[in-house]
Amino acid sequence: MTTATETADLPHWQTEPHHHEEGASTTLGFWIYLMSDCLMFAVLFACFGVLGGSYAAGPGPQDLFDLELVALNTGFLLLSSITFGFAMLSAQAGRKGPALGWLAVTLAFGLAFLAVELYEFHHLIHLGAGPQRSAFLSSFFALVGTHGLHVAFGSIWLVTLMVQIRQHGLGPANLRRMTCLSMFWHFLDVIWIGVFTLVYLLGTV
Amino acid sequence: MAEFDNSTTLLLGRLNLSAVPKEPIVLVTAVVVAIGGLGLLALLTRRRLWGYLWSEWFTSVDHKKIGIMYMILGFVMLLRGFADALMMRLQQVWAFGGSEGYLNAHHYDQIFTAHGVIMIFFVAMPFITGLMNYVVPLQIGARDVSFPFLNNFSFWMTTGGAVLIMASLFVGEFAQTGWLAFPPLSGAGFSPWVGVDYYIWGLQIAGVGTTLSGINLLVTIVKMRAPGMTLMRMPIFTWTSLCANILIVASFPILTMTLILLTLDRYVGTNFFTSELGGNAMLYVNLIWIWGHPEVYILILPLFGVFSEVTATFSGKRLFGYSSMVYATVCITILSYIVWLHHFFTMGSGASVNAFFGITTMIISVPTGAKIFNWLFTIYQGRVRYELPMMWTVAFMITFTVGGMTGVLLAVPPADFVLHNSLFLVAHFHNVIIGGVVFGTFAGIAYWWPKAFGFTLDVFWGKVSFWCWLAGYWLAFTPLYVLGLMGVTRRTRVFDDPDLRIWFVLAALGAVLVALGIAAMIVQFAVSIRNRHRNRDLTGDPWDGRTLEWATSSPPAPYNFAFTPLVHGLDAWSSMKLADQQRPDAPFLPIHMPRPTGSGVILSALATLCGFAMVWWIWWLAALSFAALVGYAIRHTFDYDRDHHIPVEEVARCEAARDRQLALAEA
Repeated sequence: MTTATETADLPHWQTEPHHHEEGASTTLGFWIYLMSDCLMFAVLFACFGVLGGSYAAGPGPQDLFDLELVALNTGFLLLSSITFGFAMLSAQAGRKGPALGWLAVTLAFGLAFLAVELYEFHHLIHLGAGPQRSAFLSSFFALVGTHGLHVAFGSIWLVTLMVQIRQHGLGPANLRRMTCLSMFWHFLDVIWIGVFTLVYLLGTV
Repeated sequence: MAEFDNSTTLLLGRLNLSAVPKEPIVLVTAVVVAIGGLGLLALLTRRRLWGYLWSEWFTSVDHKKIGIMYMILGFVMLLRGFADALMMRLQQVWAFGGSEGYLNAHHYDQIFTAHGVIMIFFVAMPFITGLMNYVVPLQIGARDVSFPFLNNFSFWMTTGGAVLIMASLFVGEFAQTGWLAFPPLSGAGFSPWVGVDYYIWGLQIAGVGTTLSGINLLVTIVKMRAPGMTLMRMPIFTWTSLCANILIVASFPILTMTLILLTLDRYVGTNFFTSELGGNAMLYVNLIWIWGHPEVYILILPLFGVFSEVTATFSGKRLFGYSSMVYATVCITILSYIVWLHHFFTMGSGASVNAFFGITTMIISVPTGAKIFNWLFTIYQGRVRYELPMMWTVAFMITFTVGGMTGVLLAVPPADFVLHNSLFLVAHFHNVIIGGVVFGTFAGIAYWWPKAFGFTLDVFWGKVSFWCWLAGYWLAFTPLYVLGLMGVTRRTRVFDDPDLRIWFVLAALGAVLVALGIAAMIVQFAVSIRNRHRNRDLTGDPWDGRTLEWATSSPPAPYNFAFTPLVHGLDAWSSMKLADQQRPDAPFLPIHMPRPTGSGVILSALATLCGFAMVWWIWWLAALSFAALVGYAIRHTFDYDRDHHIPVEEVARCEAARDRQLALAEA
């Protein structure tokens, strides 16, 4: 335990100018936000775990899921993560053109993913297997749909960021934003791997 | 059942004449509130205060001003929540011997629901968030929180939620489900009108604010501590705030998602919690309590911190057992996640599951007990000054211990089968929430008021308020313990057995005493403000405090500290005083601070409008306001110029004023 006599001749105030790194806490803050988002998905996974077998005499995963289509969609999303990685590498190197290009490719993959997912949803509802049909389908639509909404939100953010990078270049503020979005994007990938495994693979295989 | 009309029009959704309150009590309240509100608006306009309020308060990103606004919100909502309490007490005295009382079932059920929702979400939460917001940055020697704009936005989202809940009083109805809105009662079948929807959207909008403010304070504590302040040198209030904010971040998303699923059940017709097509209502009960149990520790932990600071300061001693206090706090944080099932032992999950949750619940009383002993040993051989904060603390220790013991009683599953859903439970949680959270908040207000405003609170009226509250609490809730043991269930509107009546009369008298306590507190604020020149705190350290918030002036300059303090041990300000520190006369530097912004107000206004439109099924307005919300948020991100520097002259001026004050205090 430090006592008063020990600290008596130590300085008590920082009088030298010190560099205050701007946005130093943003990455940590965003990580914590992602973890809180992860908990929202945890609730949805838990619901699917509890209700995933409640077909209410309606269709089950075997009847509904087209594994090949989902595999294609998984491919889109995983590739979009790689291309975002390339965008980050270009941005770190300060190369604005390639960074924007890779972001555009990422966006294209993201939109392709959303298109396939919307097609799948439309197809299911058309079959009479909408979210109202059974608790299984409610929890399926909620889990997959929430993930899809996140991808849609990420896409809007991606477009916004591309405009901002075009306008302001790759300054520290934009690099920070890009880092956050990249964490968000990879996070959605991780969630999707959980969805793919738990919902589609375990449901149909 | 109220008459309602769910038929919709394109323009106004299901908002039609049936939304106008018809019950005379509500109607009169609406008129009185409308007149009072208009009077307040007129007064503000006449005094030309709008510009001042907007530029100095509403748009402020200063954590101190936001903290004060949270406290005001909490206090205003306390008046509303307490009015509900008085109405319930009166009804339960009245409705005997064949009388229906003065509240019909539809109205009474709304009142007990609103009381719970308001007291937890819009009184207790703003109070603790306000205290943490004000005190934590000062205690860690920081100039603001990590994300000042987010802080302002969080406050306005909380306020937006409160506005929606208040609106339900005058337009439509509130939920009649109890404060956690269990399905299937809260489903579309049994609650077809707008009550539950007000509940959902009010909580969701406020919940966004709570989660973001949790992330904000968590990052602030992790990243912005003064040099030398290691984790085990943090003041205890900062420690308990850290743990409370971890709990917020790790539990509010669960509430948010659970309410989203309930929303889907009500709006889309899904079957998560319905009684048909595979839905499972107990899933909702589990999920909501997985949030709900950590929530009670979110509320109490920061106040444990307040009591620790107050006990150490007013005993003139270092806190006894600092490290054990930290470990106890962390243990409670972790344990709070594995006790949730004790809220529904009667679910029927079997002896093994109930035994597990019963035992974990009993274990959680061990670290809590350790805390009580630490406070007692801090007082032991101290030179105790019975100022107001210390009085609240001692009252807490006695009251809370009783509440804790009845809690352990309820943790025994067989006992809980008897006491579940009874007034015994109601008495227990009021025992710990009033005895802990409310007394703690008042201790905190009395303790930090001089820091925030530069003068101490009036002691006489403070003591009047204190004794009314303390006696009032015991008179109001001891009878409920008795009634609960006799088997009286909670949320009951009409009684047959005349023998019960005397206990309800006593409880009502207790509530009146508490009302006097609240009134005395308002008088106390008014008298203190009037006499502020007599009660000036010139030193910035009126209580001989031990932590860094007392190292700066009262009220602190916008930048808190002209120079960042350097920390060499626990109780940094104590050792600085012992070492006879001098405020540095080194040249001042310009200070980098965030700029005020109106974006928080606008975004939360749009969110509130969107919530209102969703409640009433006004789809076009909901879509429009949501699009505006997203659009405005995107626009806000295009503003790269969010900071400014406080010029050296301004800093020098503030510090010179501080020097003059200190000289005056010496003289």
